[in-house]
Amino acid sequence: MRVVGIETEYGITDPSDPGANPILLSSLLVEACRTWAGGKTTRWDYGGEDPLMDLRGMRRDRRYATADLLTDSPEYSAANRGVTLRRRRGSWEDPAHLNAVLPNGARFYVDHAHPEYSGPEVTSAHDAVVWDVAGDRIAAAAADVFRQDGNVALYKNNVDGKGASYGMHENYLVDRAVDFETLARRLTPHLVTRAVVIGAGRVGLGVYGEEPGFQMSQRADYMEAEVGLETTLRRPIVNTRDEPHADRRKWRRLHVIIGDANCMEVPTYLKVGATALVLTAIEAGDERLDALVLRNPVDEVSAVSHDLTLRHRLELASGETATALEIQRALLTISRDYVRDADDARVLERWERVLDALGRDPFEAAREVEWVAKLQLLGRMRERYAVAHPDGSREIPGWDDDRLRAADVQWAELGKGLAARLTAAGAVERLTTDDEIASAMALPPRTTRAWLRGRMVAERGDIVDAAGWSTVVIDREQEHGHLEVVSLPDPTTTSYHLLDTLLAEASGPDAPARD
Amino acid sequence: MAQTTANSSPFEDDAPEPDAPAAPAAQASLDALDSLLDEIDEGIQTNASQFVRSFVQKGGQ
Repeated sequence: MRVVGIETEYGITDPSDPGANPILLSSLLVEACRTWAGGKTTRWDYGGEDPLMDLRGMRRDRRYATADLLTDSPEYSAANRGVTLRRRRGSWEDPAHLNAVLPNGARFYVDHAHPEYSGPEVTSAHDAVVWDVAGDRIAAAAADVFRQDGNVALYKNNVDGKGASYGMHENYLVDRAVDFETLARRLTPHLVTRAVVIGAGRVGLGVYGEEPGFQMSQRADYMEAEVGLETTLRRPIVNTRDEPHADRRKWRRLHVIIGDANCMEVPTYLKVGATALVLTAIEAGDERLDALVLRNPVDEVSAVSHDLTLRHRLELASGETATALEIQRALLTISRDYVRDADDARVLERWERVLDALGRDPFEAAREVEWVAKLQLLGRMRERYAVAHPDGSREIPGWDDDRLRAADVQWAELGKGLAARLTAAGAVERLTTDDEIASAMALPPRTTRAWLRGRMVAERGDIVDAAGWSTVVIDREQEHGHLEVVSLPDPTTTSYHLLDTLLAEASGPDAPARD
Repeated sequence: MAQTTANSSPFEDDAPEPDAPAAPAAQASLDALDSLLDEIDEGIQTNASQFVRSFVQKGGQ
């Protein structure tokens, strides 16, 4: 499969002080995470990020940025895959307390007013789940350290019910040769309709939850545009942010911001796996996808999410109509032609099974689909809290009942949330094992450059100055006084002579003393 | 906004009858839900409103 990565912004509170500053809480959590990692973390290297923005201090529509505009940064030159020297930088350097690059290749940091785990690059849907769940466990472990001196709770959701939304973003490496407008047009029907499979469920309709009800998706009511650069306002279905963190002549990094953060594993698996398959069909120029183009995609995002009957018919540009399930089935059929390996085949099989179950009776998918699992639990809760009247009728609590709204949030609490407890009770299907997750908390995936990044952080803290998605920065104070920037523009690089040698020194008989 | 039993089913006429005999697997799953609801019952009955009010986040990406 292609290279993918998942980023999660967690909700954060101090349960004993609801007014606590979330930016401060988040930075203390990053500090706690560094402690959890035994100090085996490094700073983030901003040097290789968005050279246009950094070097010229201007902002432009990245859709129109071409490779020749960006070759002023030698670290991005594919021809110069070697080591670049860099002078030590001044006080504008990343404040260390806001960032930690972890031994598993992930970045744990403060983004806006939330802690964020940006998982390492992976190359299969299964690995995406493994390192995503590992991130939740790492965040929970950091919270445990935090609680030795204070109080904190973390939530893997996307809304607070009062107007705020924060994201789970997926990143897909996509062939630069694909025309972006075509990519956006052909991907949008999938991004709009996949909510039936991957929605995390939400109590409340509307940005502020102003209308009582239950809907499939956390994020749906916050999507306001078809295509755009923003991620915090006028959020688009297809985001045009274009920092590939890779050789930009070959690749684009598609940044998908419409999805829900999931507390269950099957939705994460299908979120990444099915979307990657559809992208393969788009790269192949499959024109069948054009038959699924929607007339009003932005309106349909909420319409799909609000329709628990799965019968809403979306208007297609062709003038025909189709349900979200029908569109998902059509995408499944097209994707079948692009299965390249056993991982793809397993994704396709699971995707089909879930669509079949949803088509028969959504509750059949309660072990796999998160919004159904949540709806089932909350439905049971409504039964439990129903009030019997003297005339024999029963009154069931409405969706604006605070007990239901509280359970919706508590569903997503890391560690002891309702989803975590249902998973522990075996009521939810898992795709990973605890051993896999424990390993992924400490080790990077072996199939990408995250391996080099994470292992260097874990083993060569004595000389690693910083690391980024496409760089590892080595401190050569003793040798020549400068920093050496190792450029890794190909995300599938798993071996690099200089780094391999430094790692071998660490594990060899002459391993340097560690502080 | 309370609803009466008649229109409370989330999936309209497709929803399974609450009293219909459940398959063993489905019953096991409902048992898990019920024991979870037993565990959280006290906390949620007394603290739900305050919890909902105090869960306030800043917008992110």
